[in-house]
Amino acid sequence: MSPLFEIRKNFLVIKVKGELDHFMADQIRLLSDTYLEGTRIHNVIFDFKDTTFMDSSGIGMIMGRYKQVKRLNGRIYAVHVGPAVERIINISGLHKLLRVARNVDEALEEK
Amino acid sequence: MGQLVFWRNEGEAAELPPVKDNRLSVDFPAIAENEQLARMLVSAFLTPLDPTMEELSDVKTAVSEAVTNAVIHGYPKADERNKIHMFLENRNRLLTVTIVDYGVGIEDIALAMEPMYTSKPELERSGMGFAFMKAFMDTLEVKSSKSEGVTIVMSKVIGEEKGDNREHE
Ligand SMILES: Nc1ncnc2c1ncn2[C@@H]1O[C@H](COP(=O)(O)OP(=O)(O)OP(=O)(O)O)[C@@H](O)[C@H]1O
Ligand SMILES: [Mg+2]
Repeated sequence: MSPLFEIRKNFLVIKVKGELDHFMADQIRLLSDTYLEGTRIHNVIFDFKDTTFMDSSGIGMIMGRYKQVKRLNGRIYAVHVGPAVERIINISGLHKLLRVARNVDEALEEK
Repeated sequence: MGQLVFWRNEGEAAELPPVKDNRLSVDFPAIAENEQLARMLVSAFLTPLDPTMEELSDVKTAVSEAVTNAVIHGYPKADERNKIHMFLENRNRLLTVTIVDYGVGIEDIALAMEPMYTSKPELERSGMGFAFMKAFMDTLEVKSSKSEGVTIVMSKVIGEEKGDNREHE
């Protein structure tokens, strides 16, 4: 399954569908650059509503996006975080770098 | 014809159904697409053991990490002869997963296994693969030397939680 990209204000919303592994992490990395490089979009929301699996490839890709937007004072949000994703995020320490919100609208309101 | 019925209620112990020992041995090319294939194979292999969602996700993650490492690190140069061997074994609910590659190998295993250590930060790797294998399986063994490839052996008891339940009655 392919990730879905959507622009809301100066946020890039990435809907992660299916399994966030090496293969999908590469796809998201490639596609998100076209939205984030040299544009006014400085924040990224990862929507995990339809995410059934995630491994360290996902962690690396999210950390990479964090470094990318941090230079521009942007933020990374995670929404609809289910148990599978939550455990991976916590063990890796990624929860310290991103903000967790319930849904996209809540994340949009925060900034 | 006889029939055995097993059921699980909230807070009530359940008998674990007997499961026949089983083995699966496969070879596949070291390409990113086969990381998903390996996860699907181990999921299917575990189905008769009726694992919990958590057990299934633990094992899938560990397998994904080991296979991804072979694809990314074991074989830095793509070649159709690059091969990964996976061996799955169930003996009395002890799942053992062996994943072998014949690539560049690991010189310093202790360093490689440190959380956050990665030799490929430019590829946005986080260095968490071994940490996840360790966290999600009961045992983890890494065998390697330089240019000799890597062998990962990891095991986990499936159905432990249900088994524990029974003992605490
Ligand atoms: N099969 C392998 N062949 C050669 N080197 C390996 C292999 N597996 C792991 N390594 C080495 O061990 C290091 C640590 O592996 P680990 O999986 O923990 O992190 P990573 O793969 O670098 O990052 P991540 O798993 O978070 O994407 C790797 O960076 C690599 O140098
Ligand atoms: Mg790895």
